[in-house]
Amino acid sequence: MAAALVMNNIQISSGIFRMTVQSGMGGRPGQFYMLRSKNASPLLSRPISIFNVEEDRVQFLYQVVGEGTKRLAGLRPGDEIGIEGPLGNGFPEPSGQMAFVGGGIGIAPFYYALKQWPGADIYLGFSREAYLVQEFERLSSRVIVDVGGFITDRIDLSSYDQVWVCGPQPMMLAMQRLNASSGNTGKVYVSMENRMACGIGACLVCSIRTSGGRRKSCADGPIFPVEEVVFE
Amino acid sequence: MIDTTCRIADVVFKNPVVMASGTFGFGREYARYYDLNKLGGLSGKGLTLHPKEGNLGLRVWETASGMLNSVGLENPGIRRFLSKEVPYWQQLDTVRIVNLGGHSIAEYEEGAQLLEQFSLSGKAAGQKAYDMIELNISCPNVKEGGMAYGIHVETAREVVMRVRRATTLPLVVKLSPNARDLVGMAVMCEEEGADGLSLVNTFSAMKIDIHKRSSVFENLYAGLSGPAIKPIALRMVHEVCKAVSIPVMGMGGISSAEDMIEFIMAGAETVQIGTHNFVNLRAGEELTAGLEAFMRREGIQSLTEIRGIL
Ligand SMILES: Cc1cc2nc3c(=O)[nH]c(=O)nc-3n(C[C@H](O)[C@H](O)[C@H](O)COP(=O)(O)OP(=O)(O)OC[C@H]3O[C@@H](n4cnc5c(N)ncnc54)[C@H](O)[C@@H]3O)c2cc1C
Ligand SMILES: Cc1cc2nc3c(=O)[nH]c(=O)nc-3n(C[C@H](O)[C@H](O)[C@H](O)COP(=O)(O)O)c2cc1C
Ligand code: FES
Repeated sequence: MAAALVMNNIQISSGIFRMTVQSGMGGRPGQFYMLRSKNASPLLSRPISIFNVEEDRVQFLYQVVGEGTKRLAGLRPGDEIGIEGPLGNGFPEPSGQMAFVGGGIGIAPFYYALKQWPGADIYLGFSREAYLVQEFERLSSRVIVDVGGFITDRIDLSSYDQVWVCGPQPMMLAMQRLNASSGNTGKVYVSMENRMACGIGACLVCSIRTSGGRRKSCADGPIFPVEEVVFE
Repeated sequence: MIDTTCRIADVVFKNPVVMASGTFGFGREYARYYDLNKLGGLSGKGLTLHPKEGNLGLRVWETASGMLNSVGLENPGIRRFLSKEVPYWQQLDTVRIVNLGGHSIAEYEEGAQLLEQFSLSGKAAGQKAYDMIELNISCPNVKEGGMAYGIHVETAREVVMRVRRATTLPLVVKLSPNARDLVGMAVMCEEEGADGLSLVNTFSAMKIDIHKRSSVFENLYAGLSGPAIKPIALRMVHEVCKAVSIPVMGMGGISSAEDMIEFIMAGAETVQIGTHNFVNLRAGEELTAGLEAFMRREGIQSLTEIRGIL
């Protein structure tokens, strides 16, 4: 495991942290890193998307869910963190009118995406409490926020050339249906959040079903055209 | 000069560090992180005659110092392996092991025949495709096959006998810790002409979602690996090494040079590293270096000085 220094690790909302790590490895929107604290437990690293890249720093936005993310939240500036990345394919080349759709912690990859593609519209869906909305508003003039509803109800696919989606499975399913009803236009991309062990395509625990057969969500993804994914 | 070489049949390993099947793909993925030629060897993802999709549903669950997996032998099938992976393997200077699985005795046998034919045709061209077969009769994650063969000595004997007849390649049989009579199984393999043994595969284990009141895995049970199993695996390797005279590749939860030394002291010829590859993508390189450093520190010239001393 490569090691890097934690520069800061700040709670920005309840259970939501933003961590800055000194690492020159960079990456593209939609790619992720495997992260672990230096503790013996838990054993496996946790996949976390790139939130932002600045010079020799990579930032992550994460939600405390269980043991692994709890350990991450306990890291202090100057602590060492185990880090491998950037991994995965990332979103495709953007083109034309873009929309980014993030549900909950799924908004994470779109901060960096918006920095590189500021003309995009961004849809942020939260179940209880919105966060980082101002930061997104600084990057885009079209930020659509929804708390407690279904963000996917607010999107008209026909207005966009490409749509990138990251969020919980029900949201991705909704996007798949939306896409199918508009004739599977091949422009909606989703970020799959399967459990991982290796993160590099060697163990097959993250394997998903697609119309083209089994694919590894870590190495062949995590980004897939939504119409190809067979949700289980 | 420190001597770390090991040997199974006529296959020489430059050191005892072998990457375990199912945790190392076919090697390529890790080649980005270090030079695979530093390894003693690697065992590829378990193969079956025909491609397999593997299990549906959740495939991994982390437990205290270990993990449960339910991959279910997802693999591209032997033919795709031969055309797509073997050319890459041929560039490697490390022992390359084909891990062979199956769902019926006939399938095991046909798989072994296919591997044999391909290997012979390559030999004529002076191009060795792989160095040995690791016969996996111990996968706990496939319902109709795999481990079923590795539980009872008499069914396992049939598989080992047929595969032994089907191939001239060096043959190592991978044993299941779930076998009813592990030592009896090991002795049977030796009787049937196996050149070596590898153990242990994962332990059949379980995780229940108490809110949904169901197993988290479609297959009900899954395979436990990682540091949690190490003490038990070590005892099993010790027992088997006492009972047979063929070499043993010992594994189960190894995550440091010291762990490897324990298995070698228990009698193992080589070790294998599985789950730890996920914890540290550079484990192969670091453990190899760690082993040599340990030997130097302790003034050990050759592994034969410490092998099986217990
Ligand atoms: C490509 C990718 C990018 C991700 N990006 C982010 C991000 O930017 N921010 C963020 O907060 N979360 C992200 N996640 C989800 C995050 O990985 C999980 O929330 C985290 O692994 C949970 O670990 P835990 O130990 O806290 O929880 P536990 O429930 O204790 O974890 C147990 C096991 O489940 C796995 N696991 C549990 N939930 C998930 C999940 N949703 N996805 C993948 N593995 C899971 C863990 O890896 C671990 O092996 C991402 C997941 C993937 C696959
Ligand atoms: C994700 C995963 C997949 C595995 N697949 C195979 C396989 O295809 N064939 C096999 O013989 N063993 C397989 N194994 C078992 C390992 O090779 C090894 O026997 C076991 O994990 C114990 O070693 P460890 O504790 O070092 O991981 C797999 C293990 C894991 C964790
Ligand atoms: S996490 Fe190992 S193959 Fe994707």
